[in-house]
Amino acid sequence: MSPGISFPREIKDSLQKACAPTSRRDFLKGSGALVVTLAFNTVAVETALGAAAGVDGMQGPYVDPDFRQLDTWIVIHPDNTATFFVGKTDGGQGTGTAFRQMMSDELDIAYDKTTLVMGRTDTTPNQGGSGGSSAIERDGWPMRRAAAEARRVLLELAGKQLDCPVSELTAQNATIALSSDPAKSVTYAQLVGGKRFNVGLTGKNIDATTGVAQVKPIDKLRIVGKSPQRYDIPGKVDGSLSWAVDMKLPGMVHARNVRPPVAGAVLRNIDASSVSNMPGFVRVVSRGNYVAVVCEREEQAIRAAKQLKVDWQRPVTAPFPASDQLFDYMRHATPTSSDEPKIQGDTTAALAGASLVVESEYEVPFQGHSAIGPAHALADPSNGQMTIYSNDMKSYGLRNGVAQFLNMPRERVRVIYMDGPQVYGRTAADDAGFEAAFLAHELGRPVRLQWMRSEESGWDTKGPAYVFKLRGGLNTQGKLAALEYDACAVDHNHIGYNEPDTVLIAQLMGKRPKSPAKGSAETPSLQYGIPNRRMTTRIVGLPLTFETPLRTGNLRDPNGPQVTFAFESLIDELATAAKIDPVQFRLDLLADSHEDEAFRQARSIAVIRAAAKAYDWQSRPSPNKPSADEVMTGRGIAYTYRNRTIVAVIAEVEVNRQTGRVWAKRLVCAHDCGLVINPEGLRHTIECGMLHGLSRALWEEVRFDNEKITNVDWVSYPSLRHSDTPEAIDVVMVNGDPSPSRTDLAPYGAGEASHKPLIAAIANAIHDATGVRLHRAPFRKERVLAALKAANV
Amino acid sequence: MAIELHVNGSAHQVNAEPSTPLLYVLRNDLGLRGPRFGCGLGQCGACTVMVNGTAIRSCTMPVSQARGEITTLEGLSRNGKLDPLQQAWIDEQVPQCGYCQNGQIMTARAFLNRNPKPTDAQIRSAMEGILCRCMSYFRIQAAIKRAAGGTPSTARETAE
Repeated sequence: MSPGISFPREIKDSLQKACAPTSRRDFLKGSGALVVTLAFNTVAVETALGAAAGVDGMQGPYVDPDFRQLDTWIVIHPDNTATFFVGKTDGGQGTGTAFRQMMSDELDIAYDKTTLVMGRTDTTPNQGGSGGSSAIERDGWPMRRAAAEARRVLLELAGKQLDCPVSELTAQNATIALSSDPAKSVTYAQLVGGKRFNVGLTGKNIDATTGVAQVKPIDKLRIVGKSPQRYDIPGKVDGSLSWAVDMKLPGMVHARNVRPPVAGAVLRNIDASSVSNMPGFVRVVSRGNYVAVVCEREEQAIRAAKQLKVDWQRPVTAPFPASDQLFDYMRHATPTSSDEPKIQGDTTAALAGASLVVESEYEVPFQGHSAIGPAHALADPSNGQMTIYSNDMKSYGLRNGVAQFLNMPRERVRVIYMDGPQVYGRTAADDAGFEAAFLAHELGRPVRLQWMRSEESGWDTKGPAYVFKLRGGLNTQGKLAALEYDACAVDHNHIGYNEPDTVLIAQLMGKRPKSPAKGSAETPSLQYGIPNRRMTTRIVGLPLTFETPLRTGNLRDPNGPQVTFAFESLIDELATAAKIDPVQFRLDLLADSHEDEAFRQARSIAVIRAAAKAYDWQSRPSPNKPSADEVMTGRGIAYTYRNRTIVAVIAEVEVNRQTGRVWAKRLVCAHDCGLVINPEGLRHTIECGMLHGLSRALWEEVRFDNEKITNVDWVSYPSLRHSDTPEAIDVVMVNGDPSPSRTDLAPYGAGEASHKPLIAAIANAIHDATGVRLHRAPFRKERVLAALKAANV
Repeated sequence: MAIELHVNGSAHQVNAEPSTPLLYVLRNDLGLRGPRFGCGLGQCGACTVMVNGTAIRSCTMPVSQARGEITTLEGLSRNGKLDPLQQAWIDEQVPQCGYCQNGQIMTARAFLNRNPKPTDAQIRSAMEGILCRCMSYFRIQAAIKRAAGGTPSTARETAE
């Protein structure tokens, strides 16, 4: 491995410590059979740092780190610091900082005496990477238990050393002292610095990993609940951090893809002579309908990819309807699948007997990830191995998928996770990792690949488009007696993560899974007490199933923003029909709730009340009194939950009567995710989750004609900008647990919840301001203006 | 062809086609990490650097036209001391992923050099062309206000 490799400072420091002469490497050498179980660290450390660390390069095989070994999770260094190894990634929500806090707390070591290594398949135990807001809620537990076990073992060792019972010892700041005589003490480093714990853990799977020790009760935690600054931010603002996009290797070449000009096009011929005389040209690689150009320099590859003459045959039938016809198409398409209806009570009879029925349809288009940094990866095929440097949030899946795709033993493949642009779900980082690996495999040289803007916006996976039809019936008391909900999503062949038969390159090469993924169309997160309800869902497909830029994949709470828009809009329409304040209407519905899990009923009521209080919500029905001013002001609430996290957002908007422009002047979020690890980090993630939702509410919409996506840059695919930013954002962290100070309060996820209700909150606020109900997202000014004019506002 | 560039106070000779966008020379020949590829179209701002104090999009500027002193994110700190804007970025904990922040900081630096005491509206207007897909705009604006000596309007938090 080359000395030219430069790793993120944190990782480098940690790895340097981990391979210091007195550290693991030496005891590994002397530990005979144990080398097998612990070899991963030697491999990781030596391969990563190579000559720079003054050790011999050691190549694979890359043995899976054994999560049932304490040494896999924690290393105590001779300088009395610690490094934690976790199988996660951090897309910028500060989870890495939170992991360090949780583990430091359990271990009784100062936060700033620790470092963290994440998401390297050869070094960190496989926790699957990131996804589903599970970082703290699920994956924090094995980390905490491993750290608690390390503390227990250290106390035991100290008891032997100090010749006293463990019960007489106190651990603090990586030092264990006799409680009665603090002068008698021993540091963690003196006990195990540079040595192995050699302690086994148990657990049927990695999530269940545990030692003998119990985690601390919450009232004993000292670092959890504080807000240390994110350790990754300084290197991100001074340019010193090395990201996946910055990785370079000697002999590396640059590749760019050449995509079919229209969906479903078939490659007929490539005229390589159109580029072969260009400076730096290395090779054109093609397989099936996958085409890439490789050059010595990056700008050469970009130019050659533009200039390459490729003859494509257009498909005979249109791959999809144009975006203007999408919702009509969806309404009439034969479903590829539908779920069993969810039925309670007698909805038909209740609607027939209702004193008032509100019926509404809602539409949400495809929306994209469109990462600010187009997908990229560097793949190194040296020594018969394959090392992929990537920001893919599921590095373990990328490793396994690439091994299958290239038909390599997985022990010869590893993925080194490094920071990168946003990873809110199944981004094209998956696709780029496979492509770079394939090209490196073909060329036998390290290949760096990055997608162009038009590819990222055009070919990344999309959040599914939805059409909804809802009916709600109020009884004579103004209560919601019946709900009919029907959702239709274009989600047939929903693409999973790092699947060797569904990544884009596989599709273009003609590989196909046995059957396309069924996809999903979701029902709302329902906590309200609604006695009669019938909820049906349908999934439809587009004419072209594979090799299409309209691939659906997970995008930050994959169905939540769409479904919540429809459901919480209808709830607002019903509140208006009942002439009841929308906050009160929701509280009444929750009071009637009979289903409960994780105290959702009580916590939902607490969250809505907290949001209303923070906003200073004055009770009145919506809409507001009509205003003759050019700018109309209104407020709207939307409430939902994501798994066990409860969230309510109140938006205050200004709607310009002349232009149709909507500005969310103020956002208030009340959020209950149980135990909060880092309040400031959480607040930031909640803020940005809301603003990402605001971008989807106001701007984002994938457009296409009937053969290609037509908005593939930032002019034609507008996204939220500085001028759209609210004037004020209030975040209220709620602990609505019935026993708020119980010592086993659990932390729940927070990466997606605040994102989920935004489209609904904005729609409800626009209605409050204008009296006009918008049924189609996003609320771009042309659409708003047309709706205002149609309603004579 | 050989081209001389002055970057962050040092002179460099590079061999590149004159039409090569400055971005690739900075990243690949000079090993700088601040400016990043985001769109290659001059639309997002992730590649922003300063040339003679003016913020420009290095993804669309040919290297042969980059005459004068080029400053990148790495060149903002002096003698190991961060630029006040960079410090404000840390104090306000601005980034989520951070990929776009180079463009945010460089644009803000060039702007504050021209207008050290901007109004909120001027900040929004000056920053309008720099996209963030994590939507960290609120904190970016707070950090600019902080660096300009104003009181940042950071989000209010209430503990329940």
